[in-house]
Amino acid sequence: MSNFAYISVAILLTLGIYGMVLKKNLVKKLIGMTILQVAVIMFFIASAVKGGATVPVLDERLGIPNPIHYISPLQHCLMLTAIVVGVATSGVAFALAILIYRRFKTLDEGILLQRMGEK
Amino acid sequence: MRRFRRNIIILMVSKMVAPYIMLFAFYVIFHGHLSPGGGFQGGTLLSAAILLMRLTAGIKLGERQFKRILGTPLGSLGVLIYFGVGFLALLWGGEFLNYAYLPFGLTPEKLRYLGILLVEIGVGIAVAAILVSIYDDLLEHNNE
Amino acid sequence: MISHNSPALIPLISLGSAIALPLIAFKKKALAHPFTLLVSFTMVILSFYNIARVWQGERITYHFGGWLPPVGIEYLLDPLSAFIACVINTVAFFVLIHAGGILEREVPHRTVPYCALILLFLCGANGIIITGDVFNLYVFLEIFSLAGYGLIAVGERAAVVASFRYLILGTLGASFYLLGVGFLYIVTGSLNMADLKRIIAVIPVNPALIAALALMVTGMALKMALFPLHGWLPDAYTYAPSTTSALIAPIGTKVAAYVLIRLLFFVFGIKITVDTIPLLDVIGYMAAAGVLYGSLLAIAQKEMKRMLAYSSVAQIGYIGIGLSLANPMGYIGAVLHILNHAFMKGALFLVAGNLRNGSGHSEIPRFDARLRKKYPGGMAAFSVAALSMIGIPPMAGFFSKWYLSLGAVEKSNWVMLAVILISSLLNAVYFIRIWERVYLIKGNEENDDTLLQEKEPLILLVPTLILSFSLILLGLGNSFLVTKIIARIIPPGM
Repeated sequence: MSNFAYISVAILLTLGIYGMVLKKNLVKKLIGMTILQVAVIMFFIASAVKGGATVPVLDERLGIPNPIHYISPLQHCLMLTAIVVGVATSGVAFALAILIYRRFKTLDEGILLQRMGEK
Repeated sequence: MRRFRRNIIILMVSKMVAPYIMLFAFYVIFHGHLSPGGGFQGGTLLSAAILLMRLTAGIKLGERQFKRILGTPLGSLGVLIYFGVGFLALLWGGEFLNYAYLPFGLTPEKLRYLGILLVEIGVGIAVAAILVSIYDDLLEHNNE
Repeated sequence: MISHNSPALIPLISLGSAIALPLIAFKKKALAHPFTLLVSFTMVILSFYNIARVWQGERITYHFGGWLPPVGIEYLLDPLSAFIACVINTVAFFVLIHAGGILEREVPHRTVPYCALILLFLCGANGIIITGDVFNLYVFLEIFSLAGYGLIAVGERAAVVASFRYLILGTLGASFYLLGVGFLYIVTGSLNMADLKRIIAVIPVNPALIAALALMVTGMALKMALFPLHGWLPDAYTYAPSTTSALIAPIGTKVAAYVLIRLLFFVFGIKITVDTIPLLDVIGYMAAAGVLYGSLLAIAQKEMKRMLAYSSVAQIGYIGIGLSLANPMGYIGAVLHILNHAFMKGALFLVAGNLRNGSGHSEIPRFDARLRKKYPGGMAAFSVAALSMIGIPPMAGFFSKWYLSLGAVEKSNWVMLAVILISSLLNAVYFIRIWERVYLIKGNEENDDTLLQEKEPLILLVPTLILSFSLILLGLGNSFLVTKIIARIIPPGM
């Protein structure tokens, strides 16, 4: 079971794409998109873990600084950026959803496509 | 839409709690290089403190604390602080964001420390202002 | 100082101006567009300066923050990136001149955020082109995409739905790309493109590497609108404002095509993409299907912008065919087609904008001979661009199709050759439809006051004419472009 993290990432990815593609409500599509982004973030974080290593802050009790005692911090920094990007995308997406609701009075994709066609 | 009614308990609690949230937000911004935190996280907490008053006391009273019109200019200002620190390093001979070339007259290590701190402050201000302005823009059409 | 920092200056200047624009135009909103035009002009000058520095084939790198690669982020200026940056900034500059005339009409009261979004869009596009770090590319890709969603959403009534769909699909593509970067980092331990090239050349090919390649290519194919991942494109181009369509159509899909070129040929190398897995063949057949699909569906459209959108799907297919051939001729054809298509589609979307401004609509069944009497300049520009899209010499479009066909013949790939020739005929069909209505059918001399304006304002006409007549110049000078610039950027191993 050493791949437990990666298996759960795969499950989350599937759930996210299922939500984005197969659900008709726009907000459910957005939830699926958020789950997808979170799954990618989890993938990076899961790849940073080392056995028997601690958080990447220098600790004098471990003696001379040796990278073998600390987990890899690079993926964490990359994921800070990815989280911010996710927040910005969610902000834009929800603003668009509110505008769609105000203009078309529905958030269901099928009815929306019909109403888009009429002028 | 139900008419907004003020609840005295919620109002009292949020008035007492909001300053501490703000203080914690500043703590998170300033200690981002040593403990988990940093500009973005602290900025989000700061916006939570401001939005708490808007949610509990209404937009009119919440505006006394942080005006609605300040959202976008403060956001620009925060990112300009970040960009300005990097550009200052570029103008003084180094590359963009090479804090060792800042013209403040300290050792390169202290200059890098100072540069990161300034950048985090800029990011914190920008994130807080933008998140508050998102909330304000989304509620622009409803009154109270 | 400028020469030391020149690779990074173009994204930095547009980023700084985009942030400063709300502060500068706080009191006087009319300053927004002139300021944007000034910044765009500076970017054009800088990109020509950059290409003058590297056109002999050298590569200039720039290390952000002073940290050396592979630890730090590196910006790489080689002839390919400088060339594509030139193309993009030049087209954007002329589109922005054109925008000066219609911005007030298309996005009333919102010109300041709109211009800031345009600057962010250009910053993202230039950042993607010049960067040499795969994660930095993701960051600029998201800047560029988010600005694009905002630019599209201020259009007509249905534009918000088109923008929402583009958002969902665009985020899916970017997330796949990020997942691919994750796999690549796990396998190689580096994020720098030059370093990755070194490492990938020596490690044995394992499933994680192939997964990384597949995910990154899928993500980029989605942003590039390669058939069948093109679903967001027709609605997004049709309902957006005219300036946005004229900006996104030449620039948006081209930067994704550039990223594909970098990844397939410069980072992963021909050894993996051709010999180990048949990735380029798959891309080639998808692109060929896209060419036929786009051309056929463009014939069926009644509205000019929608027709141009499906035509864009077809043209992206040409670039995909050129990449999949993996020989020098096909590669030259693909890169030349990036240049030509940017100018052609830019000119055509500007013509559509002029028609919408002048007569309020751009529906083809309602075109008639009044257009050739009232707007002779605009229809002349349309004619030159249309001849170039069909592929008639000496217009530039002929030469890129020529190189693509030569590449297909060299590889004995008769399917691709047939697709290129048949689609040129199909292109002719949908342009002849418009020519017939405007030029060949006699107009009756009834009253013409249903047209909103008497003749086109100069600020709308001049950029359109410049973009479309420069196609003739690009066509006549194409041997200079190919031998002096493009031939120096043929990837190693071809």
